[in-house]
Amino acid sequence: MGKIANQHIIDKLSTQFGEKILTPSEPFGLLTFETSVTIIADVLAFLKNDKELQFIYLTDITAVHYPEKTNALAVVYHIHSLIHNVRVRIKVFIPTSNPTIPSATTLWEGANWMERETFDFYGIQFIGHPNLVRILNVDDMTVFPMRKEFALEDPNRVDKKDFFFGR
Amino acid sequence: MSDINLVEAPAGVEGAGFFATSLEKVVGMARANSLWPLPFATSCCGIEFMATMGSHYDFSRFGAERPSFSPRQADLLMVMGTIAKKMAPVLRQVYIQMAEPRWVIAVGACASSGGIFDTYSVLQGIDEIIPVDVYVPGCPPRPEAIINGFNKIQDLVRSESLRRRESPEYSALLAKYGIQ
Repeated sequence: MGKIANQHIIDKLSTQFGEKILTPSEPFGLLTFETSVTIIADVLAFLKNDKELQFIYLTDITAVHYPEKTNALAVVYHIHSLIHNVRVRIKVFIPTSNPTIPSATTLWEGANWMERETFDFYGIQFIGHPNLVRILNVDDMTVFPMRKEFALEDPNRVDKKDFFFGR
Repeated sequence: MSDINLVEAPAGVEGAGFFATSLEKVVGMARANSLWPLPFATSCCGIEFMATMGSHYDFSRFGAERPSFSPRQADLLMVMGTIAKKMAPVLRQVYIQMAEPRWVIAVGACASSGGIFDTYSVLQGIDEIIPVDVYVPGCPPRPEAIINGFNKIQDLVRSESLRRRESPEYSALLAKYGIQ
């Protein structure tokens, strides 16, 4: 089976979801688009279950923090059609005041740990996740360390004085 | 002829058929020359320790013949490598399980101070959770440096007073770490 053109995927999605498929682009040939938190579950289900496209493989779920934006947290999905060897990247921007998004565990069991990791580092609440607790960091951590407002460096370090580094 | 060297006897009074010295010195000598290390190796410093244990550097010639992978029979905890904060309770548990007298050596920059990993997920030196006797600098230290650190531990063991572990200072040190 030959490759599916990115334009064809976008056309199918636009027919299904209309104006809610935003800013499609193809950096390095990877089809990327944004969508909204209200329809992300439907978009993922459509891409997975569509008889032609068959994006059956969830490669990754992660997030990015853009403090300067109104909707500062971007949840990023990478999905892969193994049949056609085509990949798609989907971004959903949500506000830090209400970082909730539907869980993808209903579609892929493999989303379980990815969403736990994304929760662990960015504090994104995946609604419907069976066990949304920290996975990599220590259990008693109170912050979400990959958000920009939290210092990268450990506060217990006492020997790293700024004047040793010309700061 | 064998080229095996025997340990020098501690200072004492020697005469025909007898030798008198203090028990403390004999015990110290015996302990210093049969330290059983527990290698707690988590990263590249552990690889250097493997070279140290191998035939070329021959760590066992100092009496560390038996690396003990059970804390119950170990005298010396050798922490080699980055200790992530998630590993910290494990390391602490291993230390608590060791019987007295016990010594700790922090090998390498990460175990001593966190090293280059100045970040939220890494313990900034194991002395945040357990007392440390000797620090070996280096990233990673060469086997010679690890052996030198071990020799420093031997010096401590040899000269340690028999009553040190019962002293209020030692209890206060452990209490500072919330142990006991």
